[in-house]
Amino acid sequence: MQPTHSSRRILRPVNHAFIAVSLFAALLLNLIPFGRLPGIPDWVALVLAFWCIHQPLKVGMGAAFLLGIMMDVIDSSVMGQHALAYVLLAFAATGLSRRVLWFPLRAQALHVLPLFLGTQAVMLLIRLLTGAEFPGLLWFLASLSSALLWYPLTYLLLIPQFRPEEKDENRPI
Amino acid sequence: MRQALLHCISFIPGHPSALMSVVGHAPPPFFKRGPAPLVRLAFFASLSILLLIADLRFHTLEWARLAVTTAAWPLQRAAWLPIDAAENFSEYFVRVSTLQKENEVMHRHQLEAAHLLLRQQHLEDENRRLRTLLDLRARQPVSGQVAEIIYAARDPFSRRVILNKGTQQGIQSGQAVIDDMGVIGQVTRAFPLTAEVTLLTDKQQMIPVQVQRNGLRAVLAGAGDNLELRFLATNAEVQPGDILVTSGLDDVYLPGLPVATVTHIDRNTAFTFARILCTPRAALDQHSLVLVLAPRTGQPPRPEETATPPDAPAKRIRRGAH
Repeated sequence: MQPTHSSRRILRPVNHAFIAVSLFAALLLNLIPFGRLPGIPDWVALVLAFWCIHQPLKVGMGAAFLLGIMMDVIDSSVMGQHALAYVLLAFAATGLSRRVLWFPLRAQALHVLPLFLGTQAVMLLIRLLTGAEFPGLLWFLASLSSALLWYPLTYLLLIPQFRPEEKDENRPI
Repeated sequence: MRQALLHCISFIPGHPSALMSVVGHAPPPFFKRGPAPLVRLAFFASLSILLLIADLRFHTLEWARLAVTTAAWPLQRAAWLPIDAAENFSEYFVRVSTLQKENEVMHRHQLEAAHLLLRQQHLEDENRRLRTLLDLRARQPVSGQVAEIIYAARDPFSRRVILNKGTQQGIQSGQAVIDDMGVIGQVTRAFPLTAEVTLLTDKQQMIPVQVQRNGLRAVLAGAGDNLELRFLATNAEVQPGDILVTSGLDDVYLPGLPVATVTHIDRNTAFTFARILCTPRAALDQHSLVLVLAPRTGQPPRPEETATPPDAPAKRIRRGAH
């Protein structure tokens, strides 16, 4: 079924705790102070989009809103900036989830790139309306690196579901 | 089981519950997914916009920020571990000769500044005596506490850094922050263990200054990478290379602290004001030790603003109407 719907591999059901742990780890990664270095992906947006596409019934706009509030505080930005952007991202990702997974991983990355760009555009719009400075075009590199990470991230986050139900020495997984 | 039974009963013609089950037909539980996505989007988006307005317009969410920041502090420390380790690793391999050279340079700087420092005490004493003679108010002595910039805030839309001291160490929002070259900025949020400093280059940060050479007063505003001297006429007496110091007209910065150097002046008469760009004197991009100055005290009370403007012009208008 996944990583693409067209592959014949059947995955185990997802573990709720694993989703929570991965989102928490993304939050921790966002806490690392890189300053104004361009091209550092927004890990929370990336993992959130991943789960919204792979598990649209389990991760949705509620989780996006909560994560957004946390990011607003961590970032010391305006309250509601990340929340609004992530909610819109979750909405778009959930809507795309039925379509995206039929494509190979490279095409999937191309599908999620506009989502990340849109998330950044929403944040930019909110902050420019409140009178902040334009951070420069290099800031949008973060979306590009996020999209590039889609390929490795898919395998990383699906590892627990690749495991077989029972250990069998003769089976080649 | 009971539901299945009811379902069977409802198909029996003539049974009283047959009609009811058709009217109140409930879908099987695996189709229950809550409100439609668009409804959910509208709910969460409007909630976010409400938060935005509450934070930007009314500044009512500082308590929530304070609580979450304090709770997340251990996590934040954990996230810095790799960065700290990398820094320690690179520091370990600093060569002894480099350190010796640096030590020598600093020693020479200290000797060069020594005569100024030694005379400063004398001058300050003299100044105090003269001021008492002239019956002027005594200047506030400079005091403050040393803090370290631990990291630059992640927000790409603003210029902020975080200090390693907070309200526990007596830091309050509003205090001025300087380094060894000049003013860095102002504490805008104080948390229990950390404090957030908005740098001079932030677009929403302004500082009242005067030109050291001739005492011309102006307002310096942040403009991203450099600073902009605003609202000065195109023929204003400013030259490239002028040093700007704080004028002390606000109740925040002590007068006379160096702030910036004028680098570029564009006197285009098509605009009302000259476009004057300046570079900050302080090392805003470096993570170094800074001095958080004690808040200014003993300012004279502000003159009371008259609620009603002088009524002379109003009378004249009334007279004209009659």
